Amino acid sequence: MATLELNNIVKDFAGTQVIKGVDLEVKDREFVVFVGPSGCGKSTLLRMIAGLESVSSGDILIDGQRMNEVGPAERGLSMVFQSYALYPHMTVEDNMGFSLRLAKVPKAERREKVLEAARILQLENLLERKPKALSGGQRQRVAIGRAIVRNPSIFLFDEPLSNLDAALRVQMRIELARLHEELDATMIYVTHDQIEAMTMADKIVVLQGGIVEQVGSPMELYHHPRNRFVAGFIGSPKMNFIDVEVRDARSEGVSVRLPGGGEYAVPVDASGCQTGDILSLGIRPEHLVLDDAGPLEGEITVIERLGGVTSLYVQCHDEEWILVTDGEVAHRVRDSVRFGFVPTRAHLFAEDGLALSHLERHPLVDVERRQNRASTAADAS
Amino acid sequence: MHSSITKKLAITLLAWAIALVVFFPIFWMILTGFKTEGEAVATPPSLFFEPTLSGYHEVMARADYVKFAINSVVVSLGSTLLALLIAVPAAYSMAFLPTPRTRGTLLWMLSTKMLPPVGVLMPIYLLFRDLGLLDSLSGLIVIYMLMNLPIVVWMLYTFFKDVPKDILEAGRMDGAGTLQEVLYLLVPLTLPGIASTGLLSVILSWNEAFWSLNLTTSSAAPLTAFIASFSSPEGLFWAKLSAASTMAIAPILILGWMTQKQMVRGLTFGAVK
Repeated sequence: MATLELNNIVKDFAGTQVIKGVDLEVKDREFVVFVGPSGCGKSTLLRMIAGLESVSSGDILIDGQRMNEVGPAERGLSMVFQSYALYPHMTVEDNMGFSLRLAKVPKAERREKVLEAARILQLENLLERKPKALSGGQRQRVAIGRAIVRNPSIFLFDEPLSNLDAALRVQMRIELARLHEELDATMIYVTHDQIEAMTMADKIVVLQGGIVEQVGSPMELYHHPRNRFVAGFIGSPKMNFIDVEVRDARSEGVSVRLPGGGEYAVPVDASGCQTGDILSLGIRPEHLVLDDAGPLEGEITVIERLGGVTSLYVQCHDEEWILVTDGEVAHRVRDSVRFGFVPTRAHLFAEDGLALSHLERHPLVDVERRQNRASTAADAS
Repeated sequence: MHSSITKKLAITLLAWAIALVVFFPIFWMILTGFKTEGEAVATPPSLFFEPTLSGYHEVMARADYVKFAINSVVVSLGSTLLALLIAVPAAYSMAFLPTPRTRGTLLWMLSTKMLPPVGVLMPIYLLFRDLGLLDSLSGLIVIYMLMNLPIVVWMLYTFFKDVPKDILEAGRMDGAGTLQEVLYLLVPLTLPGIASTGLLSVILSWNEAFWSLNLTTSSAAPLTAFIASFSSPEGLFWAKLSAASTMAIAPILILGWMTQKQMVRGLTFGAVK
């Protein structure tokens, strides 16, 4: 059992605020991912939770207890560092058992706990090795093992997969998710990689410039971004944005005029919106469809074929649009294409960047991450 | 191809020539130690002579070499241990908890090495006299420690700087206090650097002559004073002086020879990654 609460957390670094008042609630056994561009403060926030960085103002509560002045080791947390930070002069076994040695746990008990963690991570055959004799993936697992041995109430991960190659990253991603289920622990995970965030998180916290932009489930962030930043940050390739003029604002939605003519009614909350306002229309590349009767027309400038899907860069009314289409598309560069979109998939953003909320919630938003896995889905039935 | 071999040969010869020129005085001193006083001052110098140990016998008869040697060992090791004991925490805080003034403090510490020791001889002498530290081993240990402290702190600082901060933070997460962090993580990780720093400090203390000659007379006098005692106003006895010098430098020369790999590694540690 472990919950975490952040109340108006601020961090000042020599007069510069890097964290500007963060509120957050992490539930027991939740997998929370902090994501954001570099310099957004996500690692600083994690280090403040860990106790490695002091809190300038605000409260950190773990299981309801204020932890601001409690030392890192006494908070009952474990942290996995980006660099792994293994002790180079100790064997794998000593690395994993170091915290127990400091806590004066008897040798036999120490060994038992280390062996248990080693079993979970399949490290049994490497216990006598020094870190330099391990591969990147093995070092990563030792670092995780060191965290497990402490039996923490909350696991903290600081970009743990960014030093691994792409194939190993995918494998470790699945392994971490599996571990989360096996240990049934609360985990907080920092990454700049949105795929890691989308695939592992119960809850994603999007940070920018020391401010929380949005907190929500992966599908909520994808389908209902709160503002233009989140809309652009989540999803790859990036969402397309163009300026449009409001023609009509009614309770069924907002009608906007597209650059090439043609009117579209987007089903969003129209309150505070007037005819003649300029809004930003956002459509994800995968939601644009090639359509000979579509309202938009442009010339293809770049084609990126990934096999399964193909990205088309289309110049249309002085804007470059990206379309993600079927891999079988036979178009060539400089071809002229027409395309359109389904209005329910479009987003509108006001001048201040805030999204006009959709009238209907996407059906997948409330599907929990655990239901995406066979092991727990079977348990539930 | 040809020219590169010629060039290599030239450089090799030059290196040997320089090495021989540098080493020659020491070589000559060792040689002179095995001559009689007459041979020692002969012109032209005699290269081929019958080696004799008479110089050594006379030196041993006139002064208690072992006592001086023990003083040297005690003072060198004592001052080095004390310097490390003070420098490790100092370098730790400078490397891992720097303030805006850390750099300035380090430079200031080093700048004290630019001061000629004779400039502070008077105050130090008076202080030592009043504290009863004249001609005492503890006094010499303190002054050598102070003499080497800037270098020891600097060297340890550069070694500590190379230790990733993450490792110490991981230790803190694992429950290590500052002392445990230093003892279980930092010191083992920088042991080669600490060892070479210690060796350098031992060598510098062993070779130091100015303070030992001015602050000791007999009971705490180290080997540098032992050498000096053979250059007397009645005239120089070259063979005996050479024999005494050879005996004084032999231990440190052997130590340096044995640990030169360690020394070079330590001194270039961090420079080459």
